[in-house]
Amino acid sequence: MPEITLIEGIRQAMDEELARDERVFIVGEDVGRRGGVFRATQGLYEKYGPERVIDSPLAELSIVGVGIGAALYGMRPICEIQFADFIHPAFNQIVNEAAKMCYRSNGEWTAPMVIRAPYGGGIGGGLYHSQSVEAFFAHVPGLKVVVPSNPYDAKGLLKAAVRDPNPVLYLEPKKGYRLIRGAVPEDEEVLVPIGKARVSREGRDLSLFAYGMMHHYSLQAAQQVAAEGIEVEVVDLRTLNPLDRETVLGSVRKTGKALIVYEDNLTGGYGAEIAALLAEQAFTDLDAPVRRLAGPDVPAVPYSRPLQDWFMPNAEKIAAAIRELDAY
Amino acid sequence: MVVTGTEAKLKKETLREIYWIMLLARRLDERAWVLHRQGKIAFHISGIGHEAAQVGAAFALRRGHDWVLPYYRDLAMTLALGLTAREFALGLMGKKGEPSSGGRQMPSHWSLRRANVVSHSSPVATQTSHAAGIGLAIKMRGDDAVVLTSVGEGSTSQGEWYEGVNWAAVHRLPVIFFVENNRFAISVPQEHQMAVENAADKAAGLGLPGVTVDGLDPLQVYQAVAAAAARARAGEGPTLVEARVFRMTPHSSDDDDRTYRTREDVEAMKARDPLGSFREFLRSQSVLSAEVVAEMEAQAKQQVEQAVAFAEAAPYPEVSEAAHPVYVEDVHHA
Repeated sequence: MPEITLIEGIRQAMDEELARDERVFIVGEDVGRRGGVFRATQGLYEKYGPERVIDSPLAELSIVGVGIGAALYGMRPICEIQFADFIHPAFNQIVNEAAKMCYRSNGEWTAPMVIRAPYGGGIGGGLYHSQSVEAFFAHVPGLKVVVPSNPYDAKGLLKAAVRDPNPVLYLEPKKGYRLIRGAVPEDEEVLVPIGKARVSREGRDLSLFAYGMMHHYSLQAAQQVAAEGIEVEVVDLRTLNPLDRETVLGSVRKTGKALIVYEDNLTGGYGAEIAALLAEQAFTDLDAPVRRLAGPDVPAVPYSRPLQDWFMPNAEKIAAAIRELDAY
Repeated sequence: MVVTGTEAKLKKETLREIYWIMLLARRLDERAWVLHRQGKIAFHISGIGHEAAQVGAAFALRRGHDWVLPYYRDLAMTLALGLTAREFALGLMGKKGEPSSGGRQMPSHWSLRRANVVSHSSPVATQTSHAAGIGLAIKMRGDDAVVLTSVGEGSTSQGEWYEGVNWAAVHRLPVIFFVENNRFAISVPQEHQMAVENAADKAAGLGLPGVTVDGLDPLQVYQAVAAAAARARAGEGPTLVEARVFRMTPHSSDDDDRTYRTREDVEAMKARDPLGSFREFLRSQSVLSAEVVAEMEAQAKQQVEQAVAFAEAAPYPEVSEAAHPVYVEDVHHA
């Protein structure tokens, strides 16, 4: 099985879905001739033409709004937001329009579409090329939110998202685009179901919940502490909404301890939802307080290298948090 | 009233139908205000004074084939597209079977799938980019439908609106951007909304034709929208059509327009009521007789009575319906 990068998994998924279903098209800034600023759509403009790989005006809300309109008519748009930091002008379209369409029309109208957005820090992107936006959107019923952490899931979740009848926000851990490599079969259809977490490392001492780039670091940290005799169970959440509660609860019922790692700001971040779930439904299984390791509560990731390093969780910080929780 | 010559092309039957829908919309709207004062409904947002523009625009489309993304003042337009009086009354009361949302949305938040009328929300102009997206999909598929989306003039201040219109202009999409300019966005007058004289002047900066017509005359609006639809169908791209209308009532049942405009201003508007002037025009053309006018009034009254009685007797949705359908997977129609 060939090893590919995470971004190649994304590119392959779009290529295959464009080939499979003529209703699928891509729209976003620089996705055409340029092949995307991260090259996620490289080669697709040449292969499928300017009518299916559309360079949009530099205006995010209408990338999503036009996508919604096309979806209402029966198309299956993939809308690219160049950086998650730029998604905020489209918040109204995503939250008030796409996510509410099915409910507000009592199922008469639906918006089957994918909104892709690279997110996360550690790449020298400063305040506006580093943001993690998942908590805003995972709060919204009617929208599905997925975050892959490896090339296989990147490909399989994106293909599943394109086929999903609902709007799906697909957040891409951009630091991992070329850093994270993995085997992805060439000759078989890769589909990863939305709504299913994955236990990516089994362990008995504590449960570590993460997604995206933080999942990658969490596996590294788990390996570090394994040498010290701490067996961490790592759960890759993969889908933030709808959350796979069973897998989360099942893991904590086994280990009795929970650490949640995310690179968004701590307060009101996605980890709070996991913590609340555990407090409500696994209280008597817990042997220690639920712990969150996240970005600090400053507005966003600073640019200067040491300041950025201070902000970002990494394998060392995660290992330290694991040791502390293990010792409780 | 400016006579344009269009009436010669419309059959008498069609002219009567235009008048009938304007009349029915007016009587339903008036009843909604009464129902609100009686405490029977929580909210009403009125289209009184806009009927001529709305029905003229709707009749210029291939109704049921073309796509329409209206806004909350478009009762007359939505009736022209196929909404029934009963359905409107069900919507006012949030009763079961209400077709736009099953009682989830406030009244006058239109959606009628069977007539290609697309669901819209309350934040204004958000449907503009949807119209562009539908236009894009029509173009991609090679279909011959066109799209009409409407807003008030205040909504043309929104970035939402500019982005959607710009998209359609760049891609020459088959979209008609219809602006019902009643000169007030709730209380804010047009001169605090835009520096141009007409909302249609904005089209020049976006690269599409813009026309302003008298929205008190359904035939002028019909002609302008028909021309825009023909352009769109011929692949020549979008058009901005502005209809100058009056909002003869407060913004909604929660507004009091005495706080921001004089009674004299409102009386002057009512003196130019498009329902009355179109009726008189049709009478002068021998399209309507006094007997037919009286008959139509009686019929409208009866339809309104029956619709309200039907809605009052109709059940509310089951409480369990409120939990669905969040996702397509739990769509289950009764």
